[in-house]
Amino acid sequence: MAQLTKGETGEWETVIGMEVHAQVIAESKLFSGASTKFGADPNSQVSLVDAAMPGMLPVLNKYVVEQAIKTGLGINSKINRTSVFARKNYFYPDLPQGYQISQFDQPIVGEGKIEIDLKDGSVKEIGITRMHLEQDAGKSLHDQHPTKSYVDLNRSGCALMEIVSEPDIRGPEEAAAYISKLRMILRYLGTCDGNMDEGSMRADVNISVRKPGDELGTRAEIKNVNSVKAVQQSIDFEVARQIEILEDGGEIKQETRLWDPDKNETRSMRSKEEAHDYRYFPDPDLLPLELAQEQIDAIKKTLPELPDEKKHRFIDEFGLSAYDASVLIAERPRADYFEEVAKDRDAKLAANWVINELLGILNKNEQDITDSPIKAEQLGGLIDLIADNTISGKIAKDVFAEMYKTGNDAAAIVEEKGLKQVTDTGAIEAIVDEVISENPDNVEAYKGGKDKLFGFFVGQVMKKSQGKANPAAVNELLKKKLS
Amino acid sequence: MSMDKETIRKVAGLARIKMDDVELETMAPQLSKIIDWIEQLSEVNTDNVEPLANVVNINLALREDKVTDGGCTDKVLANAPEEVQNFFVVSKIVE
Repeated sequence: MAQLTKGETGEWETVIGMEVHAQVIAESKLFSGASTKFGADPNSQVSLVDAAMPGMLPVLNKYVVEQAIKTGLGINSKINRTSVFARKNYFYPDLPQGYQISQFDQPIVGEGKIEIDLKDGSVKEIGITRMHLEQDAGKSLHDQHPTKSYVDLNRSGCALMEIVSEPDIRGPEEAAAYISKLRMILRYLGTCDGNMDEGSMRADVNISVRKPGDELGTRAEIKNVNSVKAVQQSIDFEVARQIEILEDGGEIKQETRLWDPDKNETRSMRSKEEAHDYRYFPDPDLLPLELAQEQIDAIKKTLPELPDEKKHRFIDEFGLSAYDASVLIAERPRADYFEEVAKDRDAKLAANWVINELLGILNKNEQDITDSPIKAEQLGGLIDLIADNTISGKIAKDVFAEMYKTGNDAAAIVEEKGLKQVTDTGAIEAIVDEVISENPDNVEAYKGGKDKLFGFFVGQVMKKSQGKANPAAVNELLKKKLS
Repeated sequence: MSMDKETIRKVAGLARIKMDDVELETMAPQLSKIIDWIEQLSEVNTDNVEPLANVVNINLALREDKVTDGGCTDKVLANAPEEVQNFFVVSKIVE
């Protein structure tokens, strides 16, 4: 369902295509043996190849090629058996070569598609145009000196995958869903850590508007969009800006604009206009990259179960709701944790405990599931105690809190604190009798038709038993005695 | 193909080569001649001929993903006109 924006002259449709730059997980750079580790001292991870010293030659990283193939397969795309590295020529202080080695008309990955999940539960397909490998640039700091910029080339030459989508995205929600899904897939594949704060994933957003059914409008390219929130905000701003210009009888200029997250606006990057003539040509230092079909097939066999497949399996195999399944698959370690808890147990109960209790308290304390003091096996142990009636669901929550605090097993905590559920009918009956004899007025009222008081009696009995009485037995005995 | 002065001015700008009007006037006929000469190649019919990347039939060399380089900050910065705390220092480039 296309999302429309109301203007003064009627409704407008937003058309968006995205270019996502994802840093490839690898030890060393795309064409040199310098480290890719984040956060090192300035210019300490720069080889003379990255610094573009005369005569230095690039040598392609084999593992990065494998990572690119893996990613291409993960986004259901065609892998090109022949691809060519090309030079994209421009001058900028963070690019010592004076050109970026990229791929132009023959990228390593061709057409494909991914599915995105929308809030209303529907699924939409977004086309992938291509994906190519290229070098990252260095990093500039502009706030250290009033008239100077500082340049660190540690990032220079790190491998990037640029994933280009078709203009299939129709609004901020779809754009956010697209980048989130892409991030999830890359993290599952282990080809990019998806860390947007550290810049391992960055997006350029191409935005245009049109009256529904019209030809595509002129687009603006928004750079520097580095979070899911920024993607949504920059689209909102840009759509409003473009509609206002068009409705005032103006024209959209095809240009590069910069997203300013502090001012919440996009603004024109004039300097980029001249530079757009990149004069691509095949890099004479590098032969075309030829891939064997056997290599592609071998990598295909190593692909993990991807988020969408996992989601469908959780729904079909475990009977989970689409919502629960999508929460559990959002991170691979989370899905693995759940599967371990659910193994040979009631999967819906397991999902409840993982999502509502465990993720609840972890989120509150800003922890990941990998930091959880309660291991999957231990949470499973707690669920076993509920399943065999050793403890009630209510007591289980107290045990859970104790487990989170101490990291101890559920059984040990139940034993130590004497929390075992009382199922002995005689003991419960004694408490029931006690409660009835202590509350003659309420017994009278209940018998006179105030049915709601039943809850009061249950509460009293549970309280006296310190929550340990089996609730089913309490209900049954109370009903019998009060009738 | 003739290269006019404006085209050469643009190319020189992209290549960051400063050229005054006199130089552009001199360069225009010379570059036009060079390009005309190279353009003789287009007389050869290359329909259905695959581009040839090399003549000795070798494959692109690949390396293992190992850290074998870097850690030579001094060498990297040796030619820097200005440096501060191991950063290159350049004129402000932010917009």
